[in-house]
Amino acid sequence: MYVAAKGGEKAIRNAHALLAKRRRGNENLPSIGLDQIAAQLTLAVDRVMAEGSLYDIELASLAVKQARGDLIEAIFLIRAFRTTLPRFGNAQPLDTSRMLVRRRVSATFKDLPGGQLLGPTFDYTHRLLDTALGGGENGDISGDSPVASGGDIGDIPAAPVAMPRVTDLLGQEGLIEASPADDGAEPFDITRAPVAYPVDRATRLQTLARGDEGYLLALGYSTQRGYARSHPFVGEIRFGDVEVIFEVPELGFEVSLGTVQVTECQMVNQFKGSAEVPPQFTRGYGLVFGQCERKAMSMALVERALRWKELGEEQSAPAQDEEFVLSHCDNVQATGFVEHLKLPHYVDFQAELDLVRRMRAEHEAEMKEAAE
Amino acid sequence: MSASDVGGMPQITYNFAYLDEQTKRMIRRAILKAIAVPGYQVPFAAREMPMPYGWGTGGVQVTAAVLGRDDVLKVIDQGADDTTNAVAIRGFFEKTARVATTTSTTEATVIQTRHRIPETKLREDQILVYQVPIPEPLRFLEPRETETRQLHALAEYGLMHVKLYEDIARHGHIATTYAYPVEVAGRYVMDPSPIPKFDNPKMDDSPALQLFGAGREKRIYAIPPHTKVRSLDFEDHPFKVQRFAKPCALCGATGAYLDEVILDDKGGRMFVCSDTDFCNTRQEEGHRGEMGA
Amino acid sequence: MTATEQPLLVAEGLSKNYGARIGCRDVSLEVYPGEVLAVVGESGSGKSTLLSLLSTELAPTSGRVSYRLRDGALTDLASLGAAERRLLMRTDWGFVRQNPAEGLRMAVSAGGNVGERLMAVGWRHYGNIREEALDWLGRVEIAGDRIDDDPRAFSGGMRQRLQIARNLVTRPRLVFMDEPTGGLDVSVQARLLDLIRGLVTDLGLAVIIVTHDLAVARLLSHRMVVMRQGRVIETGITDQVLDDPREPYTQLLVSSVLAV
Ligand SMILES: [Zn+2]
Repeated sequence: MYVAAKGGEKAIRNAHALLAKRRRGNENLPSIGLDQIAAQLTLAVDRVMAEGSLYDIELASLAVKQARGDLIEAIFLIRAFRTTLPRFGNAQPLDTSRMLVRRRVSATFKDLPGGQLLGPTFDYTHRLLDTALGGGENGDISGDSPVASGGDIGDIPAAPVAMPRVTDLLGQEGLIEASPADDGAEPFDITRAPVAYPVDRATRLQTLARGDEGYLLALGYSTQRGYARSHPFVGEIRFGDVEVIFEVPELGFEVSLGTVQVTECQMVNQFKGSAEVPPQFTRGYGLVFGQCERKAMSMALVERALRWKELGEEQSAPAQDEEFVLSHCDNVQATGFVEHLKLPHYVDFQAELDLVRRMRAEHEAEMKEAAE
Repeated sequence: MSASDVGGMPQITYNFAYLDEQTKRMIRRAILKAIAVPGYQVPFAAREMPMPYGWGTGGVQVTAAVLGRDDVLKVIDQGADDTTNAVAIRGFFEKTARVATTTSTTEATVIQTRHRIPETKLREDQILVYQVPIPEPLRFLEPRETETRQLHALAEYGLMHVKLYEDIARHGHIATTYAYPVEVAGRYVMDPSPIPKFDNPKMDDSPALQLFGAGREKRIYAIPPHTKVRSLDFEDHPFKVQRFAKPCALCGATGAYLDEVILDDKGGRMFVCSDTDFCNTRQEEGHRGEMGA
Repeated sequence: MTATEQPLLVAEGLSKNYGARIGCRDVSLEVYPGEVLAVVGESGSGKSTLLSLLSTELAPTSGRVSYRLRDGALTDLASLGAAERRLLMRTDWGFVRQNPAEGLRMAVSAGGNVGERLMAVGWRHYGNIREEALDWLGRVEIAGDRIDDDPRAFSGGMRQRLQIARNLVTRPRLVFMDEPTGGLDVSVQARLLDLIRGLVTDLGLAVIIVTHDLAVARLLSHRMVVMRQGRVIETGITDQVLDDPREPYTQLLVSSVLAV
């Protein structure tokens, strides 16, 4: 007698036990601590916070550990936790001009108020595997703490300081478009309301800010290769600590909730002007939790490309296609749907199997008929 | 959710059926709207759930929003209660809502399903919740949401018939076998989720409330009880469902949807009911197929 | 066409700016039932923008387009709802594009392409749709046994003829054509122009055709307008404009054609 396959429950239990075992790895080695992950895998933790849309170093470290280093899985864990958090209200917009800057570079001005500050960066390191690190040593310090190139800028300051933003400096002359004024309205929240296209600026920026780094990198790259070329310059990249201010309606005054680290990228782009607007530079904007410079730059490139309509430009490339770009940039959505192909599709496949058999039978009959 | 610090890491506890009450109210409003406009895809602010997109997040949110403490929940995938995804979702609600669960179609008050409608006729005190991967029936003809929204608003469904026309022109008959589009209450064309078209007639005039949740695409739609649901077709090529040549090998049922089971590597195979509860119940009642014990 | 007849389409003071660039400036014109109007000019003269404005694909910066609906009333198209306008576009109007990929569904069979408009207006009998599609394929000289092939398998000339059949199947009264013979070999062009001329006469179609090719204008159109830098600089009976152009620019256009 045939007994249909059972035991889904047991199979799942066993698989999860095996997963826990693999996660733990060799038990003769100490289990990795969250403090170690937070301190030594900082950029992985930063990425999980950025794309998880939740600033919590401890939980992000836990997610990295639980996900065995799979960052998209870790982002997923953070998102599933974040969604259950009650919403007290919106903080004041971050004032990045008051950021305590740990790194700041501008590609448009050699010297500027506050100077160039390389900070902790892989830039200008030689990408040579450092075997000293493998032995648990501190590694080659000279490669790890780069100094600024060219001139006398790039001193490592004793403590982070605030410095004016490059775009504010340019903006004083009207050479660059101003940030849209804060109309005081509550911004659209993509995690609390369904998105309808076309979208406004807040929606666009939120979607990109939690978008997949690799996806945005590829799209940003495509604009550089001529698919919606926007002649970008890095006006400024800054990374540092910004205070989060919350106005408590019941109290009627502002309180500081603490600081978060963010990376901000202001991309400056050419613009010919229009009937209403004189020639000036336009901006693409990127802002990401933690030190995620590649992501912030890519975001700024894509953000600028998506503004073609508002600036009266022509649409010619994938990076400008708002609905396409925004509806595919979420890696938790993307990975879920791609991976759902692993789920059983017996029923639908049965229907297709049946159809193919029937069509083959018809085909055979036709061939026979033709032969006779 | 609430978190309290115990020994450094926060202790996490969840609300009844995972979602907070405000979110459930938001989802219920979307469901009410969906019931008021049968077949219309209502946008809703789908939350991120602890299971992946495409694995039933929409259905889970709808179930969480309609589930009460006295409900009895049944979860099926491919018609079966013991497929891994059904087990995982049932376990999720056992854990977060502590509701009673069942594999019996007749005992259940809420049934969440992926890809099938139970063979046993549903009643008016039951709710069937479908998991939907792509809610837009026009998506593969017209990928743009901005355009398909227009087509629905203006009831321009010529394109849908072009697809069916192409099927007949190429294959001699309509070759869509699952996710077969339907017209609901004479107005909206709707994707019934990837159920085999075999199940389409069960949607028509069903006494049970049918709710459809698409989490990744953030849409909810509904078929209220006793609503006309018509599968699209041509006058001279009417809608037909597939028939199976043999009865179920275990319970001998005819007119049920069958799964093909490969028995060995020499071409041996059998056909058994995909609805495991239906098949088991019949066997308990003494029905036997050719391979039944 | 008689003087007592009323215009089918009337454009008044149409202008369109793209940012600082001007696409079209203060264009007014009328098209009568059964009349073929050619819009000629060099590339960048604004003739394609004008066609998009007349067919309501683009909204003008200023001015308006009115159309005489089947009930006889001349109606400002901007006053129609989206549903009415779309119904108009898929029943009473046609649009033949230079690039057939924009006017056809390239992955849908020839029969499906022709049948789409019928299904859109409610035809639900497969056999009847197919019969009508076959009839129209015949009229545009496409063999009936190609009905289940998709346009990717068709030559450039065949694709354009299929586009025409797809548009004419609902018996529109007005057809917009954007360089319908552009990019085709000369012999293929001649055959297509003959076909269009025959259909226009048989069906009494009004046509607004945009072309840079004065020979096409000469062969097909009753009247023509000449555009330059977004403006209409000359308008009149086609033969008169071509044989005795008044504007220096038109003279240049005509002489450059003759010189080739
Ligand atoms: Zn059975």
